[in-house]
Amino acid sequence: MAGSGWTDRRPMSPHLQTWRWHATMYGSIFHRVTGVGLYGGAVLIAVWMIALASGPEAYAVVEGVILSLPGQLVLFLWSMAVLYHLANGVRHLIWDGPMLGFSPAIASLWSIFNFAFALLGSAMIWSLASLG
Amino acid sequence: MVELTLPRNSKIGKGKVWPKPDGAAKTKAFKVYRYSPEEGGNPRWDTYWVDIEKCGPMVLDVLFYIKNKIDPTLAFRRSCREGVCGSCAMNIGGNNTIACTKGWDEVAGTSITIAPLPHLPVVKDLIPDLTNFYAQHAYVQPFLKTDTPAPEKEWAQTPDDRAELDGLYECILCASCSTSCPSYWWNGDKYLGPAALLQAYRWLIDSRDEATGDRLDDLEDPFKLYRCHTIMNCAQVCPKGLNPAKAIAKIKHMMVERMV
Repeated sequence: MAGSGWTDRRPMSPHLQTWRWHATMYGSIFHRVTGVGLYGGAVLIAVWMIALASGPEAYAVVEGVILSLPGQLVLFLWSMAVLYHLANGVRHLIWDGPMLGFSPAIASLWSIFNFAFALLGSAMIWSLASLG
Repeated sequence: MVELTLPRNSKIGKGKVWPKPDGAAKTKAFKVYRYSPEEGGNPRWDTYWVDIEKCGPMVLDVLFYIKNKIDPTLAFRRSCREGVCGSCAMNIGGNNTIACTKGWDEVAGTSITIAPLPHLPVVKDLIPDLTNFYAQHAYVQPFLKTDTPAPEKEWAQTPDDRAELDGLYECILCASCSTSCPSYWWNGDKYLGPAALLQAYRWLIDSRDEATGDRLDDLEDPFKLYRCHTIMNCAQVCPKGLNPAKAIAKIKHMMVERMV
């Protein structure tokens, strides 16, 4: 429920309602979102492998879903999530280890790079796959 | 708690559009958050038109223009008007900063929104209640703590050790960073927030301080320090160009280093 925890008689000042997002803020929330998405992806791999082990009929059903348009869209988004989470995970490693890339300008550019990496990377993988 | 929308009593209604100043050639619109405890009711957005040829360059000048020439009931904090005291921190054009050093021509958009610092109880208009913020600053004990007897003169420090404090001691406690942080929005009661943690690090790294272990103990729990997820809003908005996110990363390093 909205604001159910707020017992103050005074109003709460606006936060997300007025905030103008920086690239790093998008970068952070998409790391969380893709992380959750990858759990769903792990379930998909399990379903695919179970179908593979259960024989040709079961596999045909799963294959039909995967090759449908919504299935292909999910796979494309999944590949983007993998690449984004990978790139941003490496960035977290560099933040936490050598503690580099903390200046706002570099951090923002790096976030944009990670998004571009995910988009172009999965576009490349899919174009290679469609050629093969 | 993560709550993306505002509580019922905090939803912002449409406010008054004040008339344009007479005979003004060039005007600019400012949408200002208004709430009065005497009037009660929900907060609202009031729109003011400012004659920018008769107004100073900073957003604080705009607020004075409004207060002096249009609406004397507008309430905001200010003191030094030169970026030293931190009183006039607020949300301008969607990001936190101090009104006295932010030029209104630096803010994009035809109409500029001015709101109190985010996710705090509002006392009146642009004045939020910072009690919790100050309590968190007190919690990190921002003063020199020593066991050895005091020297005859001052506590000596090499220039190199002193240089460690650059980028930390300049903090003016305006609260722009802490109230920019989504982790602080959702867990401000348990997470200390970027400003308090920057000050914690300022004393952790001080070569003269002898309470480093105790200070780290005081930060060691799942919330006080570790709610930082490097969202980086703190460093993005700091009007003094400081980097709380990096200070927090350094505290995390100190936590690991004392265990290995």
